Amino acid sequence: MSETSSNEIAVSVKNVSKNYGEVEALKNMSLDFPKGQLTSLLGPSGCGKTTLLKIIAGLLPASSGEVLVNGAKVTSPGPDRAFVFQDFALMPWASVIRNVAFGLELRGVNKTERESVAQKYISDVGLKGFENSFPHELSGGMRQRVGLARALSVNADVLLMDEPFSAVDEQTRRKFQEDLLNLIKVEKKTFIFVTHSIEEAVYVSDQIAILLPRPSRVSEIIKPSGFKHKDVDSIRKDSEYLDIVDKIWKSLRTYVQ
Amino acid sequence: MNRSLFLKIASALLLFGAWEISGRIPVSFAFPTFVESMTALFVIIIDGSIFVAYADTLQPLLLGVFISTILGIGIGLWVGLSEKFDWFISPIFIVMQAAPLAALIPLLIMVYGVDLASKVFVVCIMAMPVIVLNTGNAVRNTPISIKEMGKAFLGSKKDIILKIILPSSSPIIFAGLRLGVSAGFIGAILAELKITPTGIGDIISYSRSVGDYPTMYAAIFSIIVLAVIFLNSLEKIENYLFKGNNKGYISD
Repeated sequence: MSETSSNEIAVSVKNVSKNYGEVEALKNMSLDFPKGQLTSLLGPSGCGKTTLLKIIAGLLPASSGEVLVNGAKVTSPGPDRAFVFQDFALMPWASVIRNVAFGLELRGVNKTERESVAQKYISDVGLKGFENSFPHELSGGMRQRVGLARALSVNADVLLMDEPFSAVDEQTRRKFQEDLLNLIKVEKKTFIFVTHSIEEAVYVSDQIAILLPRPSRVSEIIKPSGFKHKDVDSIRKDSEYLDIVDKIWKSLRTYVQ
Repeated sequence: MNRSLFLKIASALLLFGAWEISGRIPVSFAFPTFVESMTALFVIIIDGSIFVAYADTLQPLLLGVFISTILGIGIGLWVGLSEKFDWFISPIFIVMQAAPLAALIPLLIMVYGVDLASKVFVVCIMAMPVIVLNTGNAVRNTPISIKEMGKAFLGSKKDIILKIILPSSSPIIFAGLRLGVSAGFIGAILAELKITPTGIGDIISYSRSVGDYPTMYAAIFSIIVLAVIFLNSLEKIENYLFKGNNKGYISD
């Protein structure tokens, strides 16, 4: 990490600790997230990965330390960050288009403008034709596409994704991961991706931060590079891909009960 | 003919049929048949006395229901948002809900007299607790993740309350409103029977005292019909306002 200069770092976590009463969720954690790349936070449950993500989002205050986004200190949610929720967090009373445009609605963008932006991202995530459907009429995978379109439509530099594919079935999940790779190429955003799936992390990431629990810390940073240029179909057969998956599992297995 | 309409008509026929039969047995000399009651209803509609009566009854009823709705949802919202306020306010409404209202009416008369104010008060005491308590519960149980979503996408406190918490709570708020409004109807009649006999309460108590039971039941029937119409329109409003929240519970 030390060789990357600071202007290429989108998000910088510096000595962040978080305590819930007596419990130390995060202890003195430091981590840099390079601009335009996807960094996964990977670790067993209880390692504080979601807590770290919510601190970066400004949804939780850190007990000590600081988070810098493009050089500015995080104190609350901001327009430079957008969040994709594990349980989608859609509003059941609102149509797909209103859900997608909701971030812009809260920013006071007028209706025609925000709906035309929402329309673009609804087609980008493959939901064209479902603009006026309600969330309960969609499958789990389609609901998360709505959540993704909502995050994209506010045009934030940093996309924070909290186990976005953990609530969808395996097949949808694979399709999602492939779509995400294509999306990263097009969108040029910084992605921070929380997951507990090793395969998923290796598949989608430029950089993987392995977090270990008790006390929560970054144990290792892995940067897969050999298969990044390959197309989505051949990655899962790549030997570097398989080696990294294997290596991560070996270092994590002792922490899984 | 669609199925739900058919079931509704069948249900009404069954009820009125049972009424007619038990009136003919008769279960009690004070229990008229369905046909007698409907004839009596027709008579008071033709001579207009039922409309004069409703002009009286609707005043405390609508005023009380209106106040209970606005104040009840407002207080309930506050109760749901602030734990301190919840501790301070909720016991009052729990007591109000459990109190034997009829026994407290003399007290109300001493304080507010025998006019409109006392009657509105009775309607409110009946209607408001369930509205406040339901709203409070619903607001407290808004899913955390959609509130976080509002925050993450830069919603102000006001945005989060108006655009997330209220719509999300609406099914339970409306369930509370339905219960509250029905209780309000009971309260309005109770007030007219116990405070001063006016309106529908007057028709009920007068016809009972002269033994004109068909007219008494006609008046009771009319208030039930009115309540059903009112509750149905409430449900229509809910479905219109929060379309996606309606995932197929009873509705016409």
